[in-house]
Amino acid sequence: MSKGVVRWTTQILTLMGVLLAIAGFSLCIGSGSIPIQKVIHAIFNGPRNTEYSILFDIRLPRIILGMAIGGALSLAGVILQGLFRNPLVEPYTMGISGGAALGVSLAIILRLYQSIGLITLPLAGFLGAILVIALIYTINIRRKTLKIQGLLLTGVMISFISSSFIMLIMAVSRAEDLHGIIFWIMGSLEEPSWFLIKLALFASLTGLALSYIFWKDLNALRLGEEEAAHLGINTERAKRALFVLASLLTGCAVSVGGIIGFVGLIVPHLMRMFIGSDHRILLAGSFLGGASFLIFCDTLARIIVAPSELPVGVITGILGGSFFIYALTKKGKTIA
Amino acid sequence: MLEIKGLTCGYDKRFHLKGVDIAIEEGSFFGIIGPNGSGKTTLLRAITRILKPERGEIFLRGKNIWSIDFRELARIVAVVSQSVSTDDLNVGEFVLLSRIPHYRGLQFLETKHDEEIADNAMALTDTFKFKDRSMSEISGGERQLVLIARALAQEPKFLLLDEPTSHLDITHQVRILDLLRKLNRELSLTVIIVLHDLNLASEYCDRVALLSDGMIYKEGLPQDVLDYKTIEDVYKTVVVVEKNPFSLKPYILLISEKERLKVRKK
Repeated sequence: MSKGVVRWTTQILTLMGVLLAIAGFSLCIGSGSIPIQKVIHAIFNGPRNTEYSILFDIRLPRIILGMAIGGALSLAGVILQGLFRNPLVEPYTMGISGGAALGVSLAIILRLYQSIGLITLPLAGFLGAILVIALIYTINIRRKTLKIQGLLLTGVMISFISSSFIMLIMAVSRAEDLHGIIFWIMGSLEEPSWFLIKLALFASLTGLALSYIFWKDLNALRLGEEEAAHLGINTERAKRALFVLASLLTGCAVSVGGIIGFVGLIVPHLMRMFIGSDHRILLAGSFLGGASFLIFCDTLARIIVAPSELPVGVITGILGGSFFIYALTKKGKTIA
Repeated sequence: MLEIKGLTCGYDKRFHLKGVDIAIEEGSFFGIIGPNGSGKTTLLRAITRILKPERGEIFLRGKNIWSIDFRELARIVAVVSQSVSTDDLNVGEFVLLSRIPHYRGLQFLETKHDEEIADNAMALTDTFKFKDRSMSEISGGERQLVLIARALAQEPKFLLLDEPTSHLDITHQVRILDLLRKLNRELSLTVIIVLHDLNLASEYCDRVALLSDGMIYKEGLPQDVLDYKTIEDVYKTVVVVEKNPFSLKPYILLISEKERLKVRKK
């Protein structure tokens, strides 16, 4: 036992170290690079200089949001993969982000932000996500049990339907709205509201804490549903609770950050390779890994074409996608 | 005592079991036999609450199993089934998963006690030497032993097995059944085992229930159930039943078509 605890502690500390290092790197680097001495100087001398305001008003919020969203997406991925025992499942294949995108597109074209204000888009995204969750859930729950294949197929179909609707909306929308929709769909960590950033961080950390209620269920589900039931797990209840938890995490992440793909797929996969598939370590490990990965990608997005920037979804897509193909060819048996 | 009363259940609208009544004494070695599709596995799945009965009830030590808490049931009944996905687990981790129903409320790590029990279960089944190997690296027979180790580490009073010897060579068949018999005797573990092989059932089981088309065709001592008329009736196959010269239990011999024709010509 103590051997396992020592190993897990080391792994968690290492991942925390990586996260800190990447966050520090991201804080220093950007269109105007600020050396570490100046960062420290700025911290101790307080506000009232440009460096301080770049660091704490522009870069730090992005880093914190990256941590919240990256962690939440990756955690949602681990939970869904544990639930479906399929490493290819992630928040996006479930149609949850599609629903969120549809909600946001509707809010933009209906110009709801003029009457409701800043919180409109995240709220619309969240409602869209929740609506899809409710839809997938009721369609499948009517058959009394949550059958995994059915759930997955419904998710994929809802994804298609909502992207068709988004295209319809885009086709009839005005040029300035079109830009907003496209920008949102591409996903970005630029978020002016500190309140939403704090809310996202709080939500994702709460999600992490809640996921630990289900570590036994997730570990038992590794053997299949029937076997989990033989081990005294109320599989129906566990599946429902975990599904809702993963959906809420995704809803929160997508509503603030837009569509940032592959985080929930690639990070859990990497974590399984490095720290194993025991959910007691995998849940926290994926959260930390996802946070590091997204902050890293966002830093790249900021510096590659500086002074302008790329949508972070493009970076996660390219990096994540190519890595995934590599992993698939390298170690095919763990994927299948 | 495990009592099954008037059990009718199945998948969707098709019923694989129709009005099954069985009473299994605690401490016995009980075999469930019957042709493919006769409902053997369905019966096991009903006992482990995977399938909800359409009619009838199952009582475990006097309590309806559907009124027993999931975890409570898992501490009394362990299952060795045919469909276990073993992932990329190693043998030691896999066996330790059986301790899940014994975890207390907020317990997060295995205790020394949990590990000792898992180690003991592996020692009993002679699988301790694979402890650090991956489940995907061991042979079919070894895997079956590991599955039994996992079930034992669950510390059950009832052990249910679904054809644990299919696809195994005779070495492993005998090894597994000898082991189960020993556990049954020494730990007074109730063993309920689905078997394809009638000779193994005859040799090892105290009592057997012969299922045919979802109903109990006959139930009793192996020598009472396994006579040639019953077998030919249920399996629609010509057999000769002899006696095992050592145990004096029934031994079923198959007759090929060539031999059947020879007999007919005479």
